Amino acid sequence: MSEPLLELNDVSVSFDGFFALTDLSLKLYKGELKSIIGPNGAGKTTFLDVITGKVRPTKGSVTFKGQSLLGVSEQKISRQGIGRKFQTPRVFENLSVLRNLELAASPLKNAFSLLGSGLPQAAKDEVHRIMNYVGLAPFATVKAGSLSHGQKQWLAIACLVAQAPEVLLLDEPVAGLTDEETLRTAELIKSLAGDHTVVVIEHDMEFIRDLDFDVTVLHQGQVLTEGPLDQVKADPRVIEVYLGPPEQ
Amino acid sequence: MKLFQRLVPWILLAVALFILPAALDDFRLNLFGRYFALAITALAIDLIWGYTGLLSLGQGIFFSLGGYAVAMYLMLNTKSLAGGNGIPKFFENYGVAELPFFWKPFWSPAFTLIAIWVIPAVVAGVVGWLIFRNRIKGVYFSIITQAALMVFFHFFNGQQKLFDGTNGLKTSTSELFGQLVGSPDMQLWFYRLTVILLPLAFLICRYFTSGRFGDALIAIRDDETRFRFAGFNPVPFKTIVFLVAGALCGISGALYTVQSGIVSPQYMSISFSIEMVIWVAVGGRGTLVGPIIGATLVNYLRSLVSEALPEAWLFVQGALFIFVVVLMPDGIYGWVANGGFRSLLAAFGIAKKAKTYPRIDEEALPVD
Repeated sequence: MSEPLLELNDVSVSFDGFFALTDLSLKLYKGELKSIIGPNGAGKTTFLDVITGKVRPTKGSVTFKGQSLLGVSEQKISRQGIGRKFQTPRVFENLSVLRNLELAASPLKNAFSLLGSGLPQAAKDEVHRIMNYVGLAPFATVKAGSLSHGQKQWLAIACLVAQAPEVLLLDEPVAGLTDEETLRTAELIKSLAGDHTVVVIEHDMEFIRDLDFDVTVLHQGQVLTEGPLDQVKADPRVIEVYLGPPEQ
Repeated sequence: MKLFQRLVPWILLAVALFILPAALDDFRLNLFGRYFALAITALAIDLIWGYTGLLSLGQGIFFSLGGYAVAMYLMLNTKSLAGGNGIPKFFENYGVAELPFFWKPFWSPAFTLIAIWVIPAVVAGVVGWLIFRNRIKGVYFSIITQAALMVFFHFFNGQQKLFDGTNGLKTSTSELFGQLVGSPDMQLWFYRLTVILLPLAFLICRYFTSGRFGDALIAIRDDETRFRFAGFNPVPFKTIVFLVAGALCGISGALYTVQSGIVSPQYMSISFSIEMVIWVAVGGRGTLVGPIIGATLVNYLRSLVSEALPEAWLFVQGALFIFVVVLMPDGIYGWVANGGFRSLLAAFGIAKKAKTYPRIDEEALPVD
C-alpha cells in the first residue's frame, strides 16, 4: 500500500492530567472512507481537534502528506486541504446562505484578494451546483441564522464541500436531523466518496450502517478495534464499552 | 420611489452645505460642524465594532493624535503665538528653549495633512496587529484598548514640556491663511470641509463593509474560530479595519479640534471614548447610516440639555443608553428599518400587525 495521507503516531493529549487521547495511532489513506464511533468521552472530537490544529498534542506526531502538522495554525491546515464540520452546525448566522458558501469557496484566502476582486466564475458555478445539490437554492438570500437546524447542518456540510478539501472531517453530521434528512445526508456524503477522503464521527448507528464505511471504535482515547460494521458490532469488547461488562 | 431613495443622500448633502449655513447662526452651525466631525469617529467605531465585533474603548487615542497633529501645525505657524525664540510661547513657561524634535516636521502643511491620518493609522495598525496576533478577543480586547487609552492620556497630560500638559493646545487663537482659526469665516470653511469629508468617510466604510471583504468581517464577528477553519487568517482582516478606523478617527479629531478651538488630554478621557461607543449603539450598529444619526442626535441632545440643565446631561445620556439597549437593540436606525414604527402603531391598535417570513427566492427553486 502507498504512503498514508494522514497519519497519527502515538498521539496523547492531556488536559490537566486527564488524558483525552492516549497513544492513539491511526492511518488514513487517500480516498479512504471511515466512520469513527465510541462512547461519550472516547476522544472522538479531541481526535479532530488534534488534526485540525485546535489542540496541540502533549506527545506524538501528526503528519499530512509526510509533513508534520504540529504547531501549524488552523487556517494553514485548512488551506492544505483538511476541512472540518463542527459538532454543532457552525455557520455565519448574519450572512446569507449564498454568502456563506461563497466565502467558503473563495480560492484565495488573503485579505487583499477579498478586497480587490469578486469571486471567480468557476467558484460561483461550483457554489450554485452545491447549493442546488443540497436543496438550499431557494434560500440563497436568507440569512443562515434563520434556517432550521437541519438546513444549518446541510449548509455547514455544503460549505465544507465548497471549500474543496481533500480530507473531510465530519463531526456528527446528522445530530438532530429527522430520519429522512439523515438518509439524504448519508447519500450526500457517499456522493463525495471517490475524490475525497472522508471521516465521519457519529452516534447514530442507522446512519453508520447507511454509509457502509469501515468503522473505527475509539475508547478511552485509544483505538479499540477496526473493521466493517457487522464485525465491529459482534466484537465483545465493543459491546462491553457500550453496554458495560456482562453481568456475572 | 427608487429615484427618491437615490436622491436622498444628495438632498441631505445639499441641506447640510447650503440650507443649514443659511438657517443657523454661527454658533449653532459650528456645533453642527462638530457633530458631523464626531460622526466620522462613530463611523469608524461602527466599522470595527458593528461589523467586525471589536469593541474598542480606546478610539480617543487616534482621535486625539489627529487633533494634536493639526494643533501643533497651527501653533507653529502662528506668529502671534510665538515667544521670543520663535517657538510657541507655552514652552517658555517650562523653560524649554528649543523645539522638541518631533514638533519640527509640523512646520510643513503637507506633512501635517498626511500626519493627521497616517500617525493614528500606524499606531492603530501596530497596536492592533500585536493584539490580534496574540488572539486577544472580546472583553480582553476592550480592556486592553482602554488601558492603552490611559497610557496615552497620562503621557499627554503629564508632559507639560512637550504638549503643554493638561492645558492642551489652543487652536482658536491661531492663524491659518492669515485669518484667525476661530473666526466665523474660517469656521464656515471648516464646517464645509467636514460636510464633504463625512460622506467620503461613509464611502470608505462602505467600501470595506460591502462585497466579500465585508462578508469576511461579519464572519469574523459571528464566529472567528470557524472563519479560521475555512482557511482564512483573521489577523490581517482585523488589523486592516482597525488601522482604517484609526485613520478615520484621526481625521475626525483634527476636524473637531479646529472647530472646538482646543485639543487637550480630555479627548483621551475614558468617558469620552465610551461616549463614542454610545453614539454608535444609539444610532444602530452594523449599519452605516446609524452611527451618523447617533453621533449627530446624541450630541445635539447634549447641547440642548446642557444649555437648559447643565448638570442633567450625564443622567439623560445614561437613560438614553439604557432605553436604546433595552428597547431598541439595533439602535434607532435598526429599529426604524425593521418596521419599528409599524409595530409601535400596531401596539396601540392603529396599524395592522405585519407577519414576516424570510424571503424566498422563487426563481431559484429547482426547475428540473
